[in-house]
This record gives sequence, structure tokens and C-alpha cells, in this order.
Amino acid sequence: MDAKDILGLPKTPFSSSQEKKSRPPKEPQRKPDGVSREVYALTGGVGMPALMPTVEASHLKRRPAAEKEKVAWQWLPFTSSARTDNLQLYHWVRVVNGIQPTGDYQFAKYNKKVDVLKYTDEEYEKYLIDPAWSREETDQLFEFCERFDLRFIVIADRFPTARSVEDLKSRYYSVSRSLLIHRARSFDDVSGNPLVKDSYDATHETERKRALSALLSQTKQQERKDAETLAEAKRIMESRAASKHVDEAGMPSSSDNALVPVDGVSPLISTHPSVTHPNTAANTSIPNSLRTLRVYLRTYALDQMVQAASASAGLRVIKRVDQTLQDLGVNLKPKVPTKAVCIEHLELRNELLTLLNLQKQLQNKEAEVSGNRESSFTEAPSTPKRSNRDVDRAFIPDTVGFTGERAGKRDHKRKSTGRFIDAPPSPPQSKRPRKLKGSD
Amino acid sequence: MSSQQNKRLKDVEISFPIVYGTISFWLGKKASEYNSHKWTVYVRSANNEDLSVIVKRVVFQLHPSFQNPTRVVEQPPFELSESGWGEFEIAITLYFHSDVCEKRLDLFHQLKLYPEEEAGPQSTKKPVVMETYDEIVFPEPTETFFQRVQNHPAANVPRLPPGITLPPPGPMEIVPYEKKRGDTKDHPLSQWFSNFSEADELLKLAAARQQVQAHVAKLRRQLTMIEGMPQHSKAFPVPGQQFGHI
Repeated sequence: MDAKDILGLPKTPFSSSQEKKSRPPKEPQRKPDGVSREVYALTGGVGMPALMPTVEASHLKRRPAAEKEKVAWQWLPFTSSARTDNLQLYHWVRVVNGIQPTGDYQFAKYNKKVDVLKYTDEEYEKYLIDPAWSREETDQLFEFCERFDLRFIVIADRFPTARSVEDLKSRYYSVSRSLLIHRARSFDDVSGNPLVKDSYDATHETERKRALSALLSQTKQQERKDAETLAEAKRIMESRAASKHVDEAGMPSSSDNALVPVDGVSPLISTHPSVTHPNTAANTSIPNSLRTLRVYLRTYALDQMVQAASASAGLRVIKRVDQTLQDLGVNLKPKVPTKAVCIEHLELRNELLTLLNLQKQLQNKEAEVSGNRESSFTEAPSTPKRSNRDVDRAFIPDTVGFTGERAGKRDHKRKSTGRFIDAPPSPPQSKRPRKLKGSD
Repeated sequence: MSSQQNKRLKDVEISFPIVYGTISFWLGKKASEYNSHKWTVYVRSANNEDLSVIVKRVVFQLHPSFQNPTRVVEQPPFELSESGWGEFEIAITLYFHSDVCEKRLDLFHQLKLYPEEEAGPQSTKKPVVMETYDEIVFPEPTETFFQRVQNHPAANVPRLPPGITLPPPGPMEIVPYEKKRGDTKDHPLSQWFSNFSEADELLKLAAARQQVQAHVAKLRRQLTMIEGMPQHSKAFPVPGQQFGHI
């Protein structure tokens, strides 16, 4: 059965510590996937010994060779081809087996220079005249391009006349381009040059930057509005899907009502006002998947009904319902799933769905109102809509807390939130469960 | 049996509250590597009444490393004791009497031998108890079945819907006092049976519902306010909305 059998070792070696021994048998329960129990048992159940050596043999052999080379660090002079002044500096160099490094300074290659074209007076007169640019300005631009390595942001900053980055780029690239074309013997010679191939489009560039800055400078409120529009669209889609679902399911048969007699299972229920609601019974109607069964477990029925009730809700909503149930201290699966408990459990879930729906509606409405007000401000800033403002003040504090146990705090907040902007109308959706936890 | 007796009762369901699970004792000094625990798996009525009124036999499917892993129990109490060292899932299949239901019912229970860390070290005195409460539901039972279990203490039998009358449960099948009682009231392990309190659960649910309903009402008020139309108390038709309304 295991390695001990094969090796002929006694199965129960005497040991003083009985407690320690009783633990290991549990290990095989947590055997890794894909390993059969028997194979796992052969390993003794305590971790898997490596089947292959983890250190390669070649790796072990390499080390002695490395010891042969003699490494020394020396303080040596060097010059850099990147410098024009031949300045000699010193640095530490790694010298292997006494061979000193030769050649250029290794970082000299990073001293890249842009090859800025130079034009003659004749060329300028012939090809480069632009009514928007004077000769002096163009000279200045090319000088700066050389000096600042085409860093146009820097160039624009230093430029004596007010020119935008796009202006400068446009002039520089168009001049370079026409110079290249006219100096070449035929167009084909330079047609592959990036300066010729892709001409600079200043208007496109301006538009691109404008769009980018618009995106980056979007305010929180605009972002929220966008999100709300999307949420509204999703809500409409969902409600459409739900109404479709209801149509398909058809009318609940009258028999369902009788199937769920509450008949005083618990005094708790009868004191509850909502149970007397006529719709209660129809709500807990048996889903079709159960109708055909001759016998089933109550928990199975509950699962089915929970699924049916949340069929129209999105995955995120279902998750939030579960989260809220936990926050309320309710078992996700009832521990004592009697009929009464299951009915109550389903009711609670339905009420939570309602709650989440209302919250969403309120957010949508609120977005609408603030949108209205925004437009009314721009139209007639002297007469803000009174009613809207009052509404804002009334509901902002209420949506902040979920359970409403912090009445004192809220009153305080109400006084301080005079204006809409001061208090965000409601926290983002995802934060609410956490908030609830905090207030409990 | 006449066809009259096989008639099914619409809109009626009979349920049997059951508890299934395992109780395991650590053997302490007597424990060997392969027999560290003695455990019992069982299906019992939640109020410890006799389940054999519906259950004909119970099949416990043990881990294949056991000898004869498929164990059939034909007599109440429906339980099985074994000893071992490993935890595994036990499949429990209930077969019912022919008048109850032809279909079988599968339950699954994870055998637990080792206590949770927070429960302290293992002890031979205190067993590890894992029990699950559930209810076996028979929708639309036959009239025969209904009559037979109508007054049985293990069953939850509803009042018949108006319009349906059944002859009183006459001297149909008087079960002779058997050699062995099927209930688990005096079961040797009964002191370890868990308490399943429906009231606790309902209390918790009621408290939660009250909280949620209060919040729903508040949201409704805010919605009507924001709509600026006080007479317009009805919100959008949202799924589930009609049920939570107070």
C-alpha cells in the first residue's frame, strides 16, 4: 500500500508522541491534483520528493573553470570619442587575466547627434521661402534644432517669437523635406527617407493634442455622467430582458398560491406585515425545474428559486446581494432550511434586489437632475432651479449611509453640505458594501 | 391498490425534516496509523422520530479503499460505523417505500475527523460532529401516502386544501410493534446531536428584512421627491419590486 510495505518496514513504529502521528494521515486528503492516491501514498504522503535533480550537472562543472581567470580592478585613464576636448579622465576598469581594455569609451556610442541640414542662401531663395516665416526666424529655428537636438518643446520655450510647437515642427520638417528632395538627383533616391515619406501634418497634430487633453482634463462629474449614461443604457437592456423573461415564463398558475401556506409556522412571521401581502405566495412559486420531481431536498428547491428570482439580474447585482446578505449577518445558505426560513430568505433576497434597483434608479435620477441644473445654470445663471436644489439637499446625506443608524452624524452633515458640489451625491457603487460594514 | 388511491394530491407537499452527518471519535492511545478514528455516519429524522416510515433502505458509499465500500442499511436506525484515518465524501442514497416515491434521493456528506484549529486539540472525550439539516420534500403525494403519514410525528403534513376530503386514516396497515424501535430518541450518540433552531434563523432573517425594508422605503421617498410629483408613488416596474413593497 505504501513505501513502508515495499521496504518491509514495520507499519507502526513505536513512538512516544502519539499526537504527532495522528496528524500525518490527514495529509493524503490534500494530495495535489493529477496524482493518483496510490502514487501519492508511495511518496509517504509528506511532500513530493523531486523526481529530477533540480541543479543541472553541467552547471556544477562550470564553476572550477571560472576560478581560473584572475579578475582585478584597476584605476585607468580613458578618453571618450564623444568629447571634442580630448579630456582625460580616470575610472575603475575590470581587468581579466591582466588584459587591459582597448578601444573607445564604452558609453561614447550613446552620444548621438542629429544631422540637421544646412541650407545655402541660394537654396533658401529658390525653395524655402515661406510668407509666414522670415529668413531670420528660420535661421534661428535651425540653430536651435541643432543645439537642442530637435527637442521642440525646449525650442519652443526658447524661441524669441511666439510660435507653437506645431508651427516650429511644421517649418523644420517642410524645409528639411524640400531640401532633401531638391538636392537629390531624382525623387526615387530619397523616397525612402522618413522625412520625405511621411510629411508632417500640423492640423492633424493639433487635433490629436486637443483630443488628448480633452480626455485627460475630463472632470469627475463628466466621467460620472458618462458612467451614468452607460448604466442607464444597461438598465434599459436589463429591464427589456426581464420583461421578455416574464413573457416566456407566462402567468403563474393559481395553484402556486396554495402551495405556500404560511399557516402560522412561526409567530415571527405572522407579526410581520409584509407576509400578509397578497403577492408573497406568487413570488415563491415553484420553478419548473422542480415540478417534474417526485422528491427533492428543501435546499435544492431553495437554490432553484434563488436562481429563478435573480435570473433577470446581472452577475454583479447577484454578487452584491450576496455581499449585503453577509454584511447583514445572514447565512447565504440557511443552516435550518425549513419552509418558513426558505420563504423568508427568498423574500429578503427579493427585497435586496429591489433595494439595489432603487439605488440605481436614484442615481440615474440624480444624474438627470444635476444634468438639468447644469444646463439651467448655463442658460440662466441668475435663477437656479429651486426645486432641484432642495431635492439635492434632502437626499444627499441619506444615500451616504446604508443603515441609517448614524442619525446624529447625518444631521451634522446636512448642515455642512450647503451646495451640491461640496458633497458627492453618492459614493461609487462598489464602495457601498464596505461602507455598510463600517457602520455596523 | 385502486387507481383512486394512486391519485395525486395537487397543491400539497409533505416534507420530512432530516439531519445527516457524521460523529467521529479520536481513539487516543488506542489509535494506530490506519485506525485513528471511529466514526458513525447516519441519516436521522430532525426530531429523532422513525424515518423508516418512508425510507426503505439507505446506501452509504464509502471511499474505495474500504472493504465493501458500498454499504446497505435496510433497518432503522440508518447509520453505519467505521474506523479509519482519512476524511472523504460519503454519498448517501435514500430509497423510499413504493407508495412514497420510486425515485431515490442522493445526499453528500464530507466526513470530518479532525477538529478545526480553533476548537482546540483532539480529545477522545469530545467527538467531531458535522451535521446538516435539510428537508425531504414530496410534492403532490399520492392519497395513500398522505393518509399513511398524516399523523406520523416525523412528517410535516399540511392541511388539505379546501374541497379535498380523504377518508379518515382507518385501520389500514397497523405496523406491528417490531423487534426494534426505529427512532433515534435514545440513541447512544444523541447527546452529540446538534440543535437546529428555526427560530434563531427566522429572527435573524426578520431583523435583516426590517433593515432592508426601511431602507427601501427611504429610497422610495427620495425617488418620489426627486421626481417632484408626490402623487406619483409608483416607481418603475423593476424585477422583484412588487414583492418587497410594504
